[in-house]
Amino acid sequence: MSTKHEKEPLFSARNRKLISNPLGMENPITVQVLGICSALAVTAKLKPAFVMAVSVTVVTMFSNLIISAMRNSIPPRIRIIVQLVVIASLVIVVDQVLKAYVYDVSRQLSVFVGLIITNCILMGRLEAFAMSNKPWPSFLDGLGNGLGYGLILIILGFTRELFGSGAIWGYSIVPQALFDFGYKNNGFFILPPMALIIVGIIIWIQRSRNPELVED
Amino acid sequence: MQEIFNIFVKSIFVDNMVFAYFLGMCSYLAVSKTVQTSAGLGIAVVFVLAITVPVDYLLNEYVLKPGALSWLDAGFADVDLSFLSFILFIAIIASLVQLVEMVIEKFSPALYTSLGIFLPLIAVNCAILGGSLFMQERDYLNVGQATAFGLGSGIGWFLAIVAIAAIREKIRYSKVPAPLRGLGIAFIITGLMGIAFMSFLGIKL
Repeated sequence: MSTKHEKEPLFSARNRKLISNPLGMENPITVQVLGICSALAVTAKLKPAFVMAVSVTVVTMFSNLIISAMRNSIPPRIRIIVQLVVIASLVIVVDQVLKAYVYDVSRQLSVFVGLIITNCILMGRLEAFAMSNKPWPSFLDGLGNGLGYGLILIILGFTRELFGSGAIWGYSIVPQALFDFGYKNNGFFILPPMALIIVGIIIWIQRSRNPELVED
Repeated sequence: MQEIFNIFVKSIFVDNMVFAYFLGMCSYLAVSKTVQTSAGLGIAVVFVLAITVPVDYLLNEYVLKPGALSWLDAGFADVDLSFLSFILFIAIIASLVQLVEMVIEKFSPALYTSLGIFLPLIAVNCAILGGSLFMQERDYLNVGQATAFGLGSGIGWFLAIVAIAAIREKIRYSKVPAPLRGLGIAFIITGLMGIAFMSFLGIKL
């Protein structure tokens, strides 16, 4: 950016923006359309959604950091293979950690932990940001995008678990009196199509509040 | 034989990659603006899935599974390399995509120009890696079943992307609320199509 070598503070305004932008105006899911596959499949309950959000954030942060540190020595022709190897190794680490400490969630997530490798957020951010920026901003960019992704996952997991099974994080919170009165859990919220419709509604709300995001 | 046909039909309609597991959604949403390009990408996905799933099946069966290496030497009977499966599967996929690209270029330049830019992108399409990981999780009995699964999933994905592209071409003439235009309505249509595909649930031949 600048040719002068003045030392930039670790959390300068520009770096803080790297974290805050992806939460809203540059959200990876609703605006950049990256990483949708896993966002929808793991959000029937809040707990797996949260674990998935944390795993993806960790992998984006460190893959951005590593690729950015190596960016000057990667031959451009084979960069995709190099990126995939770095990502795949990080995902293996995450997968083994999940299997060791939260085995039940890792069973629920099944193939979707492995699919973090081909999650478009990773390749998208590596290509768009980490390949042309210094390690620290890249790390923050990974953190921000992971958090923006996690935010949508948690909204989805919260809504679907609340209406679908009347619970949050596995604890039922809808009082029994309401069920006696005739309230029923809406099983439709658990099914895959509802996840798509909820994301559609989130996009609708976000774009009607930020008209500059509307496409024609 | 019947089992193979059953797996084939099931992976097209019931366990559809897009509607039941949301795999390959990124390219599904990004490329589905016209029917022609989406059909091109769809064919490429069918092609690559039908090749990578059986190859990864053999790799899993003879190298990665716990005890899979015992054909080499009895001493390897309790070696479990399954933690390596992610990195080996993605390596196989990336190199096979490159190989398929070279073969098509050599033997069918017409197909090569029509698939053109999509082939390299397929290496990072989650439907492809997802196909191999599902194959590993579901423990298919032989290569025939794995191939039927790969081919069926590919065709299911092809149907889904062509269908949404056709709908999106038409929807341009409808009055969609401005904030929903483009991405938002594509999500909601996919949801509705998913509901339609759920009517295939429980199909068995």
